[in-house]
Amino acid sequence: MSQASIALNRFGLGARADDVVPEQPVKYLLEQFDRYEARPVAIAAMPGRRQVAGELADYLIEARQLRAMSGPRRALPANRAAAMTAQSQVMMTGYNPAKIDSAADKMEGDSKDPIKQARQFAQRQGRDNYVAAVGGRALASLTGPAPFVERLVHFWANHFAVSADKLTVIGLSGLLEFEAIRPHVLGKFGDMLAAVERHPAMLLYLDQAESIGPNSPIGSRYANRPNRKLGLNENLAREILELHTLGVRTGYSQADVTELARALTGWTVAGLTNGPVARAVGVDDTPGDFVFVEQIHEPGTRTIIGKSYAQDGERQAQAVLSGLATHPATATHIATKLARHFTGDTPAPALVARLEAAFLKSGGDLPTVYRALIAAPEAWAERNSKFKSPWEWSVSVMRALDMKTVQPQAVTGLLNQLGQPIWRPGSPAGYDDINAGWAGPDAVMRRVEAAERFATRAGGSIDARALAPKLFPAAVGAATTQALARAESPGQALALLLVAPEFMRR
Amino acid sequence: MIDRRSLIGGGALGTLALFAPRIAWARAETDKRFVFIIQRGAADGLGTIAPVGDPGFAGARGPLAVDFDNAAKLDSMFALHPALAIVGGLYQRKQALFAHAIASPYRDRSHFDGQNVLETGGAGAYRLKDGWMNRMLGVIPSGEARAIAVASAVPMALRGSHEVSSYAPSSLPDASDDLLQRVTMLYEGDSQLHALWSEALNTRKLTGGLASDNGRNAAATGALAAKLLAAPAGARIAMIETGGWDTHAQQRGRLSTQLKGLDAMIGALQAGLGPLWADTMVLIATEFGRTVAVNGTGGTDHGTASSAMLLGGSVEGGRVISDWPGLGANALYDGRDLKPTMQLDAFIGGAVASHFETDPARTMMTLFPNTAPAPVVQGLLRA
Repeated sequence: MSQASIALNRFGLGARADDVVPEQPVKYLLEQFDRYEARPVAIAAMPGRRQVAGELADYLIEARQLRAMSGPRRALPANRAAAMTAQSQVMMTGYNPAKIDSAADKMEGDSKDPIKQARQFAQRQGRDNYVAAVGGRALASLTGPAPFVERLVHFWANHFAVSADKLTVIGLSGLLEFEAIRPHVLGKFGDMLAAVERHPAMLLYLDQAESIGPNSPIGSRYANRPNRKLGLNENLAREILELHTLGVRTGYSQADVTELARALTGWTVAGLTNGPVARAVGVDDTPGDFVFVEQIHEPGTRTIIGKSYAQDGERQAQAVLSGLATHPATATHIATKLARHFTGDTPAPALVARLEAAFLKSGGDLPTVYRALIAAPEAWAERNSKFKSPWEWSVSVMRALDMKTVQPQAVTGLLNQLGQPIWRPGSPAGYDDINAGWAGPDAVMRRVEAAERFATRAGGSIDARALAPKLFPAAVGAATTQALARAESPGQALALLLVAPEFMRR
Repeated sequence: MIDRRSLIGGGALGTLALFAPRIAWARAETDKRFVFIIQRGAADGLGTIAPVGDPGFAGARGPLAVDFDNAAKLDSMFALHPALAIVGGLYQRKQALFAHAIASPYRDRSHFDGQNVLETGGAGAYRLKDGWMNRMLGVIPSGEARAIAVASAVPMALRGSHEVSSYAPSSLPDASDDLLQRVTMLYEGDSQLHALWSEALNTRKLTGGLASDNGRNAAATGALAAKLLAAPAGARIAMIETGGWDTHAQQRGRLSTQLKGLDAMIGALQAGLGPLWADTMVLIATEFGRTVAVNGTGGTDHGTASSAMLLGGSVEGGRVISDWPGLGANALYDGRDLKPTMQLDAFIGGAVASHFETDPARTMMTLFPNTAPAPVVQGLLRA
């Protein structure tokens, strides 16, 4: 594989037919730091925080009013949650939009319950916002001037994964990437971490928004009511330590998790919570905005991994995060994941050590780490090629076909079919980043099916024999050249190129 | 040349049987089916098979205990979640057995590590590079050692040196035969893609028209697995992944929906297997359980011991096996979780060894090589 091909494919998102072959691959990558757009038109045109959160807040208010007017309260939460999950399953896994709508209509027809109808309406709004955001991400990936940095955005969005399978998270999931990842991808890791952990998508996904300090004013008030069990939820705290910063098995204990959960109490979202938290938050802030609510914050000094944090309201958890952001274990964790992403499943320890050193020496300055990666011979080694994830494969196909617009619904459906729905990995650990996670027989078959469909749609207008060397400069293998030459039609040749060994890996 | 008389009279029978295992008196090799359904996300065993007879249960579970007010009692201690109607029917017919207060050797609370231990069969996370189901293929009769993941990628439990395939329904249009042949030629010189592609083509042949079947819901996945297992030359071992068990908030409704899906999956699997159900064993397990107490958001957090299920035509069912540790404050693990009193490893080892009639000690050593030698759980199958 040539260095130019590696710069385009391993570091980038695959070449476009109109890309100039980078003569100085290293320089080509470094210059992208200046070209990158944190808020390109494709994303600025998406439904923003105010709209998505505003719609959700309206729904929550309406649902509360409807519940207040209707019968016994006890049965409601279970019904609500069951229907919500079923509905979001229908909504998020369906491929054919018509099918989705008919399923949703059927559910609506099944019930004249106004609460259910309101919820279904909110589900649709969330889904529409989700699909629009998927389209925005895809478009930015097709047309952006800095494909390497776009790749890094996707890397970090997967590192700080939320999964769009809760009503409140569906429409907000893309905004986490747009608002908390993109602006900081060329900044300090600690700033990205702070932005992510305060983002409504994360606070709601990992249940932080409704976590209450047991000894806080609100917590104490409800302490003796048997049917109102309120209190701490340690979900976000655990994932911060395990996934976002230090990494699993790095010397923190259950006590540290609980302590961090206590420190985090009070970090919540305006307009998008329920019950006593919603009442404590009040109505002054714009829905979706981060708020700190003293009345649910657990008072007291917290000790986390041997370090003591005096009570300081909102800033207590922030102080912990700042410490975690530059912790040596965090440096190792991040260095390992980046090295694995760009150089293969078992990255060379020496490379990890260099990235780790760059991270620590610069206080978590991400461009410094990326520069160390670009300078690493391991990243340019031919044998270190990786099987593309479904997202990487799809984007590289659309770039190869010179697509400059997308149908958001079609991209959403394609990624569902290929096994990697966007922002919906099903767990806060995000998607696997190892070859075995994606290189399966069924996965290859699906790509072949999709490739044929793409090629049919291209309608014979592209000559795959001429395209191949543009996508993989000086790196097209003999088997591929022969297959393209022998194909019975331009369309078939294109389908073969899109699943050629060069195209399946990066 | 040994004639038949000298064979019988001369005690050479055993020797010959070793060399010719397929002659008339050998047992047919391909009648056993084994399915592992993994519950990813730490399924709440206390909310699935509830210890309603434990004096601490109602108090600890509060709003989550309501589901069991009218639930079918399994015995004097346990009741089954009402969403599990089909599983409950199997229990009545003594084809379902539950194990409780059970856990893998893993004692911390990370999904990552817990699932890795559950799937690799290691004593700790990332100590083994292959999965116990893959290693199992080396101990069981060769005719039964063909495995498939009903998923688009091979999960950890099935990864390893033995070949396995994977399949998930696709609603993409079928690629044309000519393209498939050309892809075969294109991949010939690439060992990884060649192997994956051969497997994909084989599976495609087996499943016929299933590619157009929209099998994304749980029942369709069960039916699909049954179809893959029922084919004469099909798989004998299957793994199905289910996610969504991580119920940190609003557990009551979410768990109920999850269990309904699981129940439908099992119903479709059983129906699809028809008479083969008699020789089928289905194991259902999760990486760890959840806290005994309900958290501040109507859910539960990561815990330790959970429950597991064994279903099938020859399972010695109709009972919950458990050395119940109790839910009193002093009985809990770390003061918060259901305490493990049974090894999931020994349970799985017992299930596999009895189902495939393999040597229990060798089965344990192969599936769980790093676990301190432990006897398998006995008596899981009808004699």
